[in-house]
Amino acid sequence: MPTILETKELTYEYGKGTSMTKTAVDHVNLAIESGEFIGIIGHTGSGKSTLIQQLNGLLRPTSGQVLLEGEDIWKEPKKIRRVRFRVGMVFQYPEHQLFEETVLKDISFGPRNMGLSEEEILRKAKEAAEFVGMKPELLEKSPFELSGGEKRRAAIAGVIAMDPDVLILDEPTAGLDPHGRDVLLSQIQSYHRYRKNTVLLVSHSMEDIARVADRVLVMNGGKAAMFDTTAAVFARGEELERMGLRVPQITKIMNRLRADGYPVADGVLTLEEAIRQLAPLRQERRLLRAQ
Amino acid sequence: MLSNSTLGQYFPGNSIIHRLDPRFKLLLTFVGIVLVFVAGNFFSLFAVVALVVLAMGLSGIPLRQYLKSLKAIIVLVLFTAVLNLFYGHGEVLWQFWIFQITTGGISNAFFIAIRVISLILFSAVLTYTTSPTQLTDALERVMKPLKVFHIRVHEIAMMMTIALRFVPTLLEETDKIMSAQKARGADMESGGAIQRMKALIPVLIPLFVSSFRRAYDLATAMECRCYRGGEGRTKMKSLHATVLDYRAVAIIVLFAAAVVACNLLLPARLM
Repeated sequence: MPTILETKELTYEYGKGTSMTKTAVDHVNLAIESGEFIGIIGHTGSGKSTLIQQLNGLLRPTSGQVLLEGEDIWKEPKKIRRVRFRVGMVFQYPEHQLFEETVLKDISFGPRNMGLSEEEILRKAKEAAEFVGMKPELLEKSPFELSGGEKRRAAIAGVIAMDPDVLILDEPTAGLDPHGRDVLLSQIQSYHRYRKNTVLLVSHSMEDIARVADRVLVMNGGKAAMFDTTAAVFARGEELERMGLRVPQITKIMNRLRADGYPVADGVLTLEEAIRQLAPLRQERRLLRAQ
Repeated sequence: MLSNSTLGQYFPGNSIIHRLDPRFKLLLTFVGIVLVFVAGNFFSLFAVVALVVLAMGLSGIPLRQYLKSLKAIIVLVLFTAVLNLFYGHGEVLWQFWIFQITTGGISNAFFIAIRVISLILFSAVLTYTTSPTQLTDALERVMKPLKVFHIRVHEIAMMMTIALRFVPTLLEETDKIMSAQKARGADMESGGAIQRMKALIPVLIPLFVSSFRRAYDLATAMECRCYRGGEGRTKMKSLHATVLDYRAVAIIVLFAAAVVACNLLLPARLM
């Protein structure tokens, strides 16, 4: 798979030139392949938000580069909007950005800014609404009449409608009820599978990350502390805990069993996988008891 | 990006000026501003300037910050100064058509410029060294006599406190919404004046909506804690005057006396 997004010695300092300079992102080198699903985790203030805002040119790096398909996104600062269409960004609590008279118009805001034709705008907006599971009858309503969960969906659709090559989501499930979380996450997952684009998901829920991510980036103190396959990252439970993070509960249980000498695999991420691993042990025990 | 202006900003510290009772500070600043207008010649104006410089020095805030506060009004100062250049009598130095610059005009221009600058600096000393909460607290106390006229002083002070409290919150919110709309390709940096104003709609509407939401939340939270206006309400931090405050009053009185004396005894300014 070709590399789509790359950072080279990416550094961002807040308050540069004053006495309160703070390095939020510190020489980060990443290479993200096209079609990957990347999870980003890190303690509050670890630099996650600053990092992702540089990936679509909302923040300009203090030093270092962001390369989109090998090209520096700040090569022509006047054309930074094009980068923003290609690298879509869903902020935390995106429902706060809704402003149009109808949901459909709001979803169309992005595509309209891209300068597409009316039919194209309509097609993309409707398609995006379908991806996030918006009922068609809601499209003509005012976004302010929707429920919290529906607003969230509408706002996410507004970014998906631009059909970005890379989609970045900053805690898209924060504040939703458990069922809403599961549904939204599944929708993001199926969107990723269908469009085959690249998705970066920032989340505080290790369970969510374990469920969907191919690789996980761990941010700590502005640095990329780990960037590896999900199983490999969650196998390093102790290190993660030292960074104020944790591993999914089921992974923790399985790691503990392994430490106690049970023959289970390293880095078990999901309940299903754990059941598969534990079933033979149960069988064994039954045999022992029978003897 | 939205926090460049320093006017009305508070710099925490522990200087003599910081430690003054905010009620006294408010009143003394008011007296200072009155003195600016009372000063009738350059000698008394000099006394006022000395007072400002003294207050600025004692506040322990770098001169740079004070200069920043002047940046916002420099155009106004220059404009009034230039305008005043053409008013006044005295020896004519330069003439063109109906315009003429006289010695009196030049003295006028300087006088006005120094007046406006001292005015701004006086208020800068107050706002730089007094936190918004202290300031509204002081205002509430100072305006208390207005209750006779059925003005709801406590409610007004509470509104001011809340408004000030939410300025940074709303700035942050604006920044966030702007980023979110920029991420959807909103173009806020190019185009003419009308286009730029139109580009602000996607920012202003969400901002309005969230302000209302915050207002409702805050009202509910206040009611949950049994807030019901100023009637019978006591202060957690009641204000007490100290020796420091009386010394400050004494200093101001001395300066006021100096200003009045200079006005009366020394020759009036050229007009």
